[in-house]
Amino acid sequence: MRVTVIDYKAGNLTSVLKALRHLGAETIVTDGDLALVETAERIVLPGVGHFQATDRLDATGLTTAIRAAIARGVPFLGICVGMQWLYAGSSEAPNQPGLAHFKESCTHFVESPEKVPHVGWNSLEVRKNSKLLAGVEPGEYVYFTHSYKAPVTDDTAAVTYYIEPFASAVERGNVMGVQFHPEKSGATGLKILGNFLTWKEAE
Amino acid sequence: MITKRIIACLDVHDGRVVKGVQFVDLIDAGDPATQAARHAREGADEIVLLDITATHEGRQTLLDTVRRTARELFVPFCVGGGIRTADDAAQVFEAGADKVSVNSAALKNPQLIDDIGRSFGAQAVVVAIDARRDPAAADPVRDAQVFVQGGRKLAGRRVVEWAREAEQRGAGEILLTSMNSDGMRTGFDCELTAAVSEAVGIPVIASGGAGTVEHFVEVFGRGRADAALAASIFHFQISSARSLKEELAKAGVSVRLPC
Repeated sequence: MRVTVIDYKAGNLTSVLKALRHLGAETIVTDGDLALVETAERIVLPGVGHFQATDRLDATGLTTAIRAAIARGVPFLGICVGMQWLYAGSSEAPNQPGLAHFKESCTHFVESPEKVPHVGWNSLEVRKNSKLLAGVEPGEYVYFTHSYKAPVTDDTAAVTYYIEPFASAVERGNVMGVQFHPEKSGATGLKILGNFLTWKEAE
Repeated sequence: MITKRIIACLDVHDGRVVKGVQFVDLIDAGDPATQAARHAREGADEIVLLDITATHEGRQTLLDTVRRTARELFVPFCVGGGIRTADDAAQVFEAGADKVSVNSAALKNPQLIDDIGRSFGAQAVVVAIDARRDPAAADPVRDAQVFVQGGRKLAGRRVVEWAREAEQRGAGEILLTSMNSDGMRTGFDCELTAAVSEAVGIPVIASGGAGTVEHFVEVFGRGRADAALAASIFHFQISSARSLKEELAKAGVSVRLPC
């Protein structure tokens, strides 16, 4: 299977590509060739870095192309900032809109004695009949590194607790996002990426 | 619940894992890719590869080693040693590292922290601090000094202050090595680790001195460390990450147990 990986020049794609290829996917990277999005079978939007960097998606026309691909039913996975981009925006860059596929916005962790960023391995409370997180058992951990997070809503696929409960995964139909880094989360992360690669619309 | 991280550290010289005591007397401890894969399999939460060759000729060897080690590694992978410029960092990321650790070069040119952070994100920048208590000072912990050049030279900075500056410049984590205890297996410097951990809002990785399970329990408790690094405790199969974590769980420390 083929995966189109979006490069918006906000960090390093090596780990994501490596994990997808390890699972047998053919990867195509684009930083603005819209034809590669128009013909995409699956799309991954990785993310490390600042929400503001997603402005490049708007400038290159990728936002519009991705919106159209999602409407066609192409499975989409956003990772970290790539998940946050699915929301209306983030207080990290208040003037930069997200895709607004989910109407809420992302915010910084509230003030607390705990350290921010939230860095390390934390657990997932899988909340609904998630296809993306199928087979993830209690006691499995995934790797996080972030200071902003999405709120828990009806679309939340998993909740994680750090300072406050937040959405560590979101899922509605063919649109999925994970706040953690599945490409860095050992066997559990590979299982989740594998679920994305085999994701199918319900019969 | 967030877990305490156990990080396996591989000191690498000319493409081989080595282990010394207080940075000298190096012994061969195997192939980096094999060792990294083994640690990850046994439950290490992260792998740090520190290149202690740090010569110009050694750079290409290091990049090959990083590439080979990263190939089948699906846990966070940090590489340090000899990273002097944002370009050096870019090459290491390109080869498959998720984070770089900077030490002497950041002391010489603190702007390096800002530069790497801006291009790759704060999560990708670990500032490594080699620290030694100052026995002559009124407060040996508060006044602990930063060392450079593998611990041979005073940097003229106090550890706590430098950690704060690193954070302000955009470091994502601090890797604090106590040179007093490095390789001695007599325990981490909990007082120093706690002093740094309380002074910054970013995670602190304690390093130097791991010898027993109890040492890890202490540094996660009293030492307020978010993660702890171990090298010699693992290399010669003295203890695996798995057995260490099983013991830590029994002692009430929240850890990720390998599946």
